[in-house]
Amino acid sequence: HGPYQPHEPGYGLDQPGYSPYEDQIPDPEARMLAIKNAKAYLLKTSTRSGLNLYDHFANILTKILDEQPANTVDIIENISKDVKWAQFRKKMDTLRDEHLIPPTFEAAEKCKALFIKEGGEEEHEELEEEMPSLPNVMETAFYFEQAGIGLNKDESYYIFLALKNLINVQPIQTCRFWGKILGLEMNYIIAEVQLREGGEEEEAGEEGEETVAEGEKETGEAEEEDEQKEKEAEPPKSTYKPPPEIPKEANGTGTNKYVYFVCNEPGKPWVKLPLVTPAQIVCARKIKKFFTGRLDAPVVSFPPFPGNEANYLRAQIARISAGTHVSPTGFYQFADEDEEEEEGADTYEENPDFEPPPVAEMVESLATWAHHVKGILKQGRCVWINPSQKSEENEEEEDEEEEEEEEEEEQEERGPPLLTLISEDEGMKDIPAWTAQASTNLIPQYSVAILQSNRWPGAYAFASGRKFENIYFGWGHKYSPESHTPALPPPAQAEFPSGPGITETVDPTLEEEMAFKAAQEEALAEAEEGEDEEGEDD
Amino acid sequence: YRFERLWFWGCIQGVRGAYYIAEGLGPDRAAPRSRLYSLNCLDWSLLTPATKEMLALAEQVKGRFQGDPSFEYSLAEINAEAAARLIESGKEPVIKEEARLIATIEQIDRAVGIVPRGAFVKTPLGSVHENRHFEGLSLVEAKKLSSYFHFTEPVNLKNKTLLEKADLDPSTDFLDSLEHDIPRGSWSIQLEKGGTVVVLRSLLWLGLTFYHVPMTKQFGYVYFGTGEKNLDLPFML
Repeated sequence: HGPYQPHEPGYGLDQPGYSPYEDQIPDPEARMLAIKNAKAYLLKTSTRSGLNLYDHFANILTKILDEQPANTVDIIENISKDVKWAQFRKKMDTLRDEHLIPPTFEAAEKCKALFIKEGGEEEHEELEEEMPSLPNVMETAFYFEQAGIGLNKDESYYIFLALKNLINVQPIQTCRFWGKILGLEMNYIIAEVQLREGGEEEEAGEEGEETVAEGEKETGEAEEEDEQKEKEAEPPKSTYKPPPEIPKEANGTGTNKYVYFVCNEPGKPWVKLPLVTPAQIVCARKIKKFFTGRLDAPVVSFPPFPGNEANYLRAQIARISAGTHVSPTGFYQFADEDEEEEEGADTYEENPDFEPPPVAEMVESLATWAHHVKGILKQGRCVWINPSQKSEENEEEEDEEEEEEEEEEEQEERGPPLLTLISEDEGMKDIPAWTAQASTNLIPQYSVAILQSNRWPGAYAFASGRKFENIYFGWGHKYSPESHTPALPPPAQAEFPSGPGITETVDPTLEEEMAFKAAQEEALAEAEEGEDEEGEDD
Repeated sequence: YRFERLWFWGCIQGVRGAYYIAEGLGPDRAAPRSRLYSLNCLDWSLLTPATKEMLALAEQVKGRFQGDPSFEYSLAEINAEAAARLIESGKEPVIKEEARLIATIEQIDRAVGIVPRGAFVKTPLGSVHENRHFEGLSLVEAKKLSSYFHFTEPVNLKNKTLLEKADLDPSTDFLDSLEHDIPRGSWSIQLEKGGTVVVLRSLLWLGLTFYHVPMTKQFGYVYFGTGEKNLDLPFML
């Protein structure tokens, strides 16, 4: 038995007279004195923290006996620290901590708003009118869960309620949960919506007014400029005319067929995304940027993106929808059979005679699926438009005729017709464009056919009998086997070719000037002499 | 296999099928991990540890995984030099998908396998154990990138200034923190569900998700993705 440590029971008794191994029975009084001394030592208050060892040990042992953690001896030091910490707090705390509202509480408040049911009167009125179709998000979530894709059940339910709110607020005809796009700071939840007729007209009116006002401003400025031109000599005007702007597609057609609403979290207000223009789609194809989660964030890129994050988001949504929205072949058919041959076939309707093929067949061959969204052409629209037609409208342009001759004739672009089978989608290198799987091999009668897109990772579609649905969960970028190479900046403009006409010649030096002068005088003198000679001859 | 801890690492999606990966550890948490893979979650096969050659070769291979472990990528197309070297040493110039799988998992773990600060302690003998007294990060700490560490051999630890080193506690701060990851901003931190869960997503390996419930011992990470490094990251930020 070596020197005893403080926590061992034999401490302090190693002094002569107190060892338990002595034959002499120590004086009971002396023993009591020793105990009292030890206790007094333990009770000695520390000058720094106002605690004493005795109380501290008592607290530690109480805590240990109350909580009974596993392997106490390994964490005894930490328990001791915790007890001290708790002590310190209570004694020195004279100020009350400000009651911090935890963010959980705020989030819960927002979600609470979703759960509030409307008043009874409104319910009766709604039943009389046409109920816009609320998508059954939970049912869709169930089918996708079979494939291992989807959100938390809670979140799906919140989204469900948020969509219900959206329908009540906006004049909506059909609504669908499009998917979720992840971002750096916040994510986007997206709803695809078709507005009712009245709503669209209002917007068109607003836009028309805005453009008229701008047009007026422009003419006002032009007048001022004309006046100034008369006064000052202007530097030569540049003859550069930007390529004509390709007009965006109208509401309800082509890329703008659906209107999209986004929110960062269910419970936050829905924001409507602006219509997409072809220029934005063309630019979005060239850049690859993460979404930050804030709709007003600028998109810094080259080539410069015309718009902020809301426009970029809308452009990506348009591309993803055009590339990956599929349905079982035959589910949709053209409204008028004659229109199949024309390119203008835009409308489709559900086929009442559709018989769903069995799930096994849907997985085996990709010919059982078809796109039901028109693909986007290179121009950025679904329906090709000839940009040179616009120049006829500009009557103020003097060089109009020259322009038309100089412009190359742009080839009319044709995209794949509307209901093409996805088996005709090109793959990239060796990878097919789609991967099909059945959700389970063990229970074939209830399995669901799942389609994953390889071109847009994150796009999924499922089909089971007559039900089918598309959804997107991902970062919002296309898959490319090669790395993304940003466009190179255009070459610097060439300078005006330098020729003898404009090259500045060196001024003649003094000697050269003198030599030239002397030569001239000689010539004059010769001429005079010639004349003199002639005069003399006479 | 005599694992003390076993967990589901994630899923790498190939074109024709998906690989499900599980990892297991013995008593020393910092030892090289044993990995098992399965195509259907029923039959598991052990993967051999990664060698440097495998890592080097696998970095050359680009594109999706095929979903078939015996698929062979022909190296001649990808890198003629490496193929030539292999031919000289008597092997065929191919790399099997299994080897690529091993190398990819190792790369992902090394690059983006993270743990919260304080979750693991290093004993003076050098072995690493879980900290049984770890009670979770506080909400404020959970939002900072510096409270998370890479769970691999530290690279930058010795480069810190003396001032920073004074604040560190050598038993818990023996790993690299996420703050100095290149490029900056390659992690996305989000608080979900009103702050009850903090989720970190890696932008370098798209699909790696790490979660932690503050003030509790729960944390973990999982990989669900195509198994490709996001080389376009600098353009995307």
